[in-house]
Amino acid sequence: MQTHTFKPDQPPPSMSVGVVAWLRSNLFSNWFNSLLTLFALYLIWLMVPPALQWSLFDANWVGTSRTDCTADGACWVFVKEHLAQFMYGFYPEQLRWRVDLTAWAAIIGAAPLFIPVMPRKALYGAAYLVIFPLLAFWLMYGGFGLDIVETSQWGGLMLTLVIAVVGISGAMPLGILLALGRRSDMPAIRVLCVTFIEFWRGVPLITVLFMSSVMLPFFLPEGMSFDKLLRALIGIILFQSAYMAEVVRGGLQAIPKGQYEAAAAVGLGYWRMMGLVILPQALKLVIPGIVNTFIALFKDTSLVIIIGLFDLFTIIHQATVNPEWLGFAVEGYVFAALVFWIFCFGMSRYSMHLERKLHTGHKR
Amino acid sequence: MKFAKTTLAALAAAVTLGVSVQAQAGATLDAITAKGFVQCGISDGLPGFSYADSKGQYVGMDVDVCRAVAAALFGDATKVKYTPLTAKERFTALQSGEVDMLSRNTTWTSSRDAAMGLNFAGVNYYDGQGFLVNKKLGVTSAKELDGAAVCIQAGTTTELNLADYFRANNMKYTPITYDKSDESAKALEAGRCDVLTSDQSQLYAQRIKLAKPDDYVVLPEVISKEPLGPAVRQGDADWFNIVKWTLFAMVNAEEMGVTMSNVEDLAKSSTNPDVRRLLGAEGEFGKDLKLPKDWAVQIVKQVGNYGESFDRNVGAGSELKIARGLNDLWNKGGLQYAPPVR
Repeated sequence: MQTHTFKPDQPPPSMSVGVVAWLRSNLFSNWFNSLLTLFALYLIWLMVPPALQWSLFDANWVGTSRTDCTADGACWVFVKEHLAQFMYGFYPEQLRWRVDLTAWAAIIGAAPLFIPVMPRKALYGAAYLVIFPLLAFWLMYGGFGLDIVETSQWGGLMLTLVIAVVGISGAMPLGILLALGRRSDMPAIRVLCVTFIEFWRGVPLITVLFMSSVMLPFFLPEGMSFDKLLRALIGIILFQSAYMAEVVRGGLQAIPKGQYEAAAAVGLGYWRMMGLVILPQALKLVIPGIVNTFIALFKDTSLVIIIGLFDLFTIIHQATVNPEWLGFAVEGYVFAALVFWIFCFGMSRYSMHLERKLHTGHKR
Repeated sequence: MKFAKTTLAALAAAVTLGVSVQAQAGATLDAITAKGFVQCGISDGLPGFSYADSKGQYVGMDVDVCRAVAAALFGDATKVKYTPLTAKERFTALQSGEVDMLSRNTTWTSSRDAAMGLNFAGVNYYDGQGFLVNKKLGVTSAKELDGAAVCIQAGTTTELNLADYFRANNMKYTPITYDKSDESAKALEAGRCDVLTSDQSQLYAQRIKLAKPDDYVVLPEVISKEPLGPAVRQGDADWFNIVKWTLFAMVNAEEMGVTMSNVEDLAKSSTNPDVRRLLGAEGEFGKDLKLPKDWAVQIVKQVGNYGESFDRNVGAGSELKIARGLNDLWNKGGLQYAPPVR
């Protein structure tokens, strides 16, 4: 019996595996790419070491005043000393626990919604959506036994989040309704929705805020004034809902006619058809667009500077004009950028997670 | 920018004329007394004039005016609520009644007085455009700046004033325009221009931002008039009087040597008739103004006299270290002059 034994395999050519191969195929595949790679490396070498030097190695971390910032690098003492102000604005110090409590209530209250096996999730979610806003308003604004903290004292990251969260949760349902209205068969509703959407999409947000703050008071009797924050919130919700409506409409248009007909065939009325069949599919399709709008909204909150509300960005600017801390604007802005980036990146990651979770085979 | 400002002002004025009803005399004051605090419009951040300190308290010269009015009216300087206003919304906020008074580095001009329906209660800071130069240059007067490269902030009346000044003095210059005050400060530091021009109060703030503030000096010349002061809307003469005389009381107190520390003693024991009238020991001058008898005492006790407020916020006692200059008392070579209480 003759057995044939194969010779052991030769290792693949060293140029086709491992780091070298990866470099060859990704960074140096032809002369143009090589050139680009070298150029990129040069740029990195040019920018990263000085940035690290400034922000980490040469930075000042300890101390309590500008005189402690002796090294050449960034003066993080400025941010450290103002951190509480950046977070809470001018919210009275002894009452800040109320803001913390609201944040914890938001997180802990929402946590069960993220447990996949949680029973009666819809009911719980609905209850949360009703109870939490009331609780949050009571805790942050006061009344019913708590000291009232006027919205003019709200500020910093807290205000940014309030505007973003209220804006998002107000714009989403309104936007869906507008999108449905725009595709409605009833002419009156359709015209109304189209007019609304086109009007609000046609004006810049900064104008909306400006009008709400500057023009509106003229049309009210003297001495009567709406809360500034409330005016801004309404403006932002109306503005964003127009964008949201168009995003959702994109999703509605992608649903084949057969889905509508099938839903009608099993005897579903309009609202149940939309709620049970069409919208779940449509919204899933437009998650990237929705999150895009949310991220834009989150960053747009800084525009409230124009009506004298102090969001995170503005409160940092405010701190840089304190004569005791003049000249640390860069540190402040870098910090603002970092905080905004963390939130926006978080939203974008969550949207990717949602897309994967809801992926049910439609993806080609 | 200027055009935009005038258009906006005209628009705002037109809307006011159309919509708002002329308030009756005393309406504002009655409303303030009823609600128990003064709603004061301040700037959204200007070093030394109004800004929030690290504890979140508003401080500054403009803030002090609000506090002084509250002290005069309620005997309590803390009875003020602040509304930070941007330059664009400040006048509408005042006209629409959102704020009771505006204390926000606002220049007193004829158009604001007349067309916008404001009443300026006085001048709490005489500002004007000046020059910041490096000491190395060896320049002691703006007249020696012929041929200089000048850093300017874009879109302000600064550019116009600068051109006028250099032309009037037969000098040449190269303008270098920047958008932000931070940029122009850096440009001066990097030597891209020889001199930085802006309102003097701003120049002192700019100087702190530089790495070596002591190497730079603000030249004595002032080439434009920027009288900054608090304003109220027209229609309530009583309220206007209160704001006006609060300011005057602070200046008078400095002139008479009444300070935070000695005001209570002087109120009881002073024999100087001027002091006695100001502090309510003689006459009924508070009542005429619809204020409590001890109004001036409360102002000085809680906020200080004009000089104390100046020193604390922008002068020698602050980081800005602005010289008194035009803002010194009239009998010390400045312009601060208040009519007598009698």
